[in-house]
Amino acid sequence: MSILVGRETRLVVQGITGREGEFHARQMQEYGTNIVAGTTPGKGGQRALDGTVPVFDTMAEAVRETGANTSVVYVPAAAAPDSILEAAGEGIRTIFCITEGIPALDMLRVVEMVREAGARLIGPNCPGATSPGRAKVGIIPGSIHREGRVGVVSRSGTLTYEAVQAMTDAGIGQSTCIGIGGDAIIGTTHTDVLMLFADDPETDAIVLIGEIGGSAEEEAAAWAAEHMASMPKVAFIAGRTAPEGKRMGHAGAIISGGSGTAAAKVAALQAAGFLVADTPTQIPALLRSAGVR
Amino acid sequence: MKIQEADAKQLLRAQGLPVPPGMVVRSVSEATTAAAGYLADGAVAVVLKAQVLVGGRGKAGGVKLARTRDEAEAAAEAILGMSIKGIVVRKLLIGPAAEIVKEFYLGAILDRGSRRIVVMASAEGGMEIEEVAKRDPSAILRESVHPHLGLADWQARKLAFGLGLAGPRVKAFVAIAQGLVRTMLADDADLVEVNPLAIVRERDAEGNVVERLLCLDAKIVLDDSALPRHPDLEGLRDLDEEDPVDVEARKHDLSFIRLDGTIGCMVNGAGLAMTTMDLVKRAGGEPANFLDIGGGARAEKVAWAMRLILDDPKVRAILVNIFGGITRGDEVAKGLIEARAQQERHVPMVVRIVGTNADEAQRLLREARFQTAATLDEAAEMAVAASQAVGGAA
Repeated sequence: MSILVGRETRLVVQGITGREGEFHARQMQEYGTNIVAGTTPGKGGQRALDGTVPVFDTMAEAVRETGANTSVVYVPAAAAPDSILEAAGEGIRTIFCITEGIPALDMLRVVEMVREAGARLIGPNCPGATSPGRAKVGIIPGSIHREGRVGVVSRSGTLTYEAVQAMTDAGIGQSTCIGIGGDAIIGTTHTDVLMLFADDPETDAIVLIGEIGGSAEEEAAAWAAEHMASMPKVAFIAGRTAPEGKRMGHAGAIISGGSGTAAAKVAALQAAGFLVADTPTQIPALLRSAGVR
Repeated sequence: MKIQEADAKQLLRAQGLPVPPGMVVRSVSEATTAAAGYLADGAVAVVLKAQVLVGGRGKAGGVKLARTRDEAEAAAEAILGMSIKGIVVRKLLIGPAAEIVKEFYLGAILDRGSRRIVVMASAEGGMEIEEVAKRDPSAILRESVHPHLGLADWQARKLAFGLGLAGPRVKAFVAIAQGLVRTMLADDADLVEVNPLAIVRERDAEGNVVERLLCLDAKIVLDDSALPRHPDLEGLRDLDEEDPVDVEARKHDLSFIRLDGTIGCMVNGAGLAMTTMDLVKRAGGEPANFLDIGGGARAEKVAWAMRLILDDPKVRAILVNIFGGITRGDEVAKGLIEARAQQERHVPMVVRIVGTNADEAQRLLREARFQTAATLDEAAEMAVAASQAVGGAA
């Protein structure tokens, strides 16, 4: 089955005629993702990706004409909140926002509206998700994956690639890999993703990758301890050497007032039954020792 | 972005909040003149407060009261030029001192867990809220703000009564609490804090003793992502307190933070950049910086990044770790080769590039005789060994 993206995904690329949008749309299509439409206001009627994908002015048309159920947003930060709202308003159920640099207060309002619409937002400032061999949505390089039964959830991009590549090199495949984004206010949390993995019959183990800032990893650990007790769980936390009070690249990666430290997260994860790796390259061995074949 | 107390108070005043009068001065003579003015106008004392963006200025002696012109002069002399946590005090906020009856804490924060603005209040004013939270979490009252409805009257009233306020002070508090949230929304702040919010005793125009609520201190942290739509707020950036390196990094759109170690790090992606630092430490070294060159960096940006790292005389070795996705490995390799050609100081460099166009990157780096590593762990170990081999010869 996999979660969030798969063979059933019918994807609209919002901002498909932009530089980023077009480049990644092509990569997704090559990977096998079913891209049914693109949108760029004012460019309706054109065709993108060598004529294979119709472009619409509005999400309403894209959904009506193609039966799209998922969207991915590549539009610039100033317009991205509106694109997310448009997707949610027109009935898209799963929305990925790759765009970085959206003001946090905009996201508070957007997250509320998406919730009211009954949709799910992943991101912003996230690399997207890949269900190996089925579909990928976002910017994660397709080449790093191998089909398998370990679910991966992470806040970052390249760090996830590092961990996934290590797993693939060790012969451990993935059911779905999801980057939830490095901002302070995001649509889908570590815990939300764990809930999906817990219900996925094709996910047998999980890898949780976190970083300093906030308490989402601690909350996920507590949930997993209660609901995923028998599932093999491995984690990695970045930022053990990060100084307090400095934003480490990601808007959400900051230790403030002594909270959000790597040490606290590692302790919470270990207490919840996670094997915590000291380096991403240890993840495959820890998965093996937790019983992953 | 943090802004100075005096600027934060201006933003509060713009939303109609009660803030004491004050003036920012940069010299002892300006401070003395200002103090004399306030004292002549009937102030019993003036307060001089160092304007720095680091906490703990009170403990460091950066806040002083003065009852006379001479005392104000002495206080200004003591504070201006003093160093607070490594920051030299260049300016003071000076104003009439308030007669404080009682102090409270009031703050509006962006709460990540609930994805709401949360307004927090405590009767333990003047103390750091983190300290209160540790010692007695029940001493902090909280109300969650609906993103579309704002802080409702009843929520603000609940906080007021919870703090033990009564009479006309309840209404005044409601206006202040709602004003805090309004400030947050108007200016795209991550944090708006008034600590202390105080009941002060004053004399009105007729000479009668009156008490009212006043925002005696203010701290505002602005959302960096929202600054592009607030050009006026960008103007509040305090370049006095910025490391010139930060200014340079921002100009080239690099996410850079200087640290104390000897191993310079250049990485794409924030999570991987933190991990690279952690692995340097694990291998027995200390990272000299956090640096995320971002996705899709071209050769020129890589060269700028290299210059920033080498600007730090402590750097004895450089570790480059690139996992190509959007970023193309060959572009980074070209940037490194270009940067090294222009480099004045020769520092050993260990490069690890995997992912998009990694083979071409390997070829370029081999030709240019760069030291390369296959894995991140190996790269960290090699960089630490290289930094130690150089020893004190930097």
